[in-house]
Amino acid sequence: MEFKKFGLYNILSFTLLSALTIFFIFPFYWIATGAFKLQDVAIALPPQWFPTSPTLDNFRQLLVPLTARWFFNSVFVSLATTVLVCATASLAGYALAKKHFPGVKLLFAIFIGAMALPKQVILIPLLRLITEMQLMDTYRALILPAVGWPFGIFLMKQFSHSVPDSLLESADIDGCGEIKKFVNIVLPIVKPGIGALAIFTFISSWNDYFSQLVFTNSEAMKTLPLGLASMAQQAEFSLNYGLLMAGALVASLPMIIVFLMFQSFFAQGITVGAVKG
Amino acid sequence: MLNRLKRKYDLSGYLFIAPSMIFFVTFVLYPMLKGMHMSLFRFRGRRQLFVGLENYVKLLSDNVFLRSMGNTMFIVAIAVPIVVVLSLFIAINIYNKSAAVRSFFRGVFYLPAVSSVVSITVVWLWIYNPDFGILNYVLKSMHVVNGNVQWLGNSATAIYAIIIVLITTSIGQPIILYIAALGNVPVELIESAKIDGASNWVIFKNIIWPLIIPTTLYIVVTTTINSFQIFALIQLMTAGGPNYATSTVMYLVYETGIKIQDYGKASAMGVVLAAIIAVISTLQFKYLNRDID
Repeated sequence: MEFKKFGLYNILSFTLLSALTIFFIFPFYWIATGAFKLQDVAIALPPQWFPTSPTLDNFRQLLVPLTARWFFNSVFVSLATTVLVCATASLAGYALAKKHFPGVKLLFAIFIGAMALPKQVILIPLLRLITEMQLMDTYRALILPAVGWPFGIFLMKQFSHSVPDSLLESADIDGCGEIKKFVNIVLPIVKPGIGALAIFTFISSWNDYFSQLVFTNSEAMKTLPLGLASMAQQAEFSLNYGLLMAGALVASLPMIIVFLMFQSFFAQGITVGAVKG
Repeated sequence: MLNRLKRKYDLSGYLFIAPSMIFFVTFVLYPMLKGMHMSLFRFRGRRQLFVGLENYVKLLSDNVFLRSMGNTMFIVAIAVPIVVVLSLFIAINIYNKSAAVRSFFRGVFYLPAVSSVVSITVVWLWIYNPDFGILNYVLKSMHVVNGNVQWLGNSATAIYAIIIVLITTSIGQPIILYIAALGNVPVELIESAKIDGASNWVIFKNIIWPLIIPTTLYIVVTTTINSFQIFALIQLMTAGGPNYATSTVMYLVYETGIKIQDYGKASAMGVVLAAIIAVISTLQFKYLNRDID
């Protein structure tokens, strides 16, 4: 009786979980196979579930200077954002967690409050600011506003709590300077936090479609996802699906690889950021 | 005097926080305040005229805005419960499996969130394509539909088609959070309940659920905030159409501010959206604190 009930639940949950897994995997399967299909194969009915005559033609079409430039832009912007976010946030997070100075609580409250705010709400004034500072269509427009976003500070504050006070105090007694203390004591302890933050920032910067759309206007400054989107929109009535899938593969594969390689780091970052108060 | 101050307070904190502050004040705080300010003006080319709350009053009778607000609420109301239930179901079924199995499923359900939203969108555009999309092909061969359904071109189905894609991109993070929360439920509690003969459902209801309420609330609020901000899916899949059936507030802010360049009205919309989200997150933090204390 007990066993039977258990079995039924198991069968049901197994079936549902499998169905969901297939549902989630399928779009990626379709991207991966579609990338090797020419247009007439891509739109053939009944669909070719597996390309019988795979072609590299779509990738050859992507191998032009403009797409290479888009790829470079994505890599450069994401890397620069990641480095700047990690550097500034680890300093600020340490100060918020371990230092007592007037206004520290208020500052943290402001950061948290701004984090809850939707990024897009500041879109119009930010766009005007970027225009006035003559940063429109530059790398700086894609990098600097992302560095201002306080999520990293919050995450690094959570990680900085794990630095033992006794260690910092004994460094003080030894006459250790502030910078030395930060580099030699704090940084080694919060390293996993910086790792999680780096992966987070890299992926979200790569995928920050909204900023890329609004703060660029020349073809040369486009990022890879943005270039892909404009390919899809320009050819609205004659979408070359094989080519688009090849583009989608190149635009998302680096992120998928980064995520799969550092998955446990990533999960740790999400839970520390969300669960510890 | 300064020495005494230094002993009590560590003023070097300001130096550590300064680099972040410079970026934060310039690119977040200032634009935030500026946005509220701009919402009180009417813009005519380079000139701006103070109009008080006129932009806000106009929104109340703006059918496109009201429709977009309704769509946004509808998306939130459908997507958030599904994300919570589905992610809890998936987490419960995988949290006590081996580490390898767990990270396999974590990967599967996080894929749509890490791969570029543009990549996700272009493949769904193909799946939904009325003439040679997989969806119509499968449904036709199963005799569920007869003709070529315009999933995105039809105001009755477009919003659901978008909600499905939104759910797939939103579910990864809640699953990771639930796996962590379930891992923190004391095993002894569950074991002793089992010895007492409690059914799985009773164990879930009386032991597990109360312990994961804070996580659930966090998931509800973050998913709500993210769903309120849905933009790329709308812009790339339907551009708000057909006939504003999928227009959301965020998409309308973009249309009004960037395309029509009606900065005052767009800023007012942004402030309204921010206010709604602020109220929701305040409520959340209240509940959260109550449950933790």
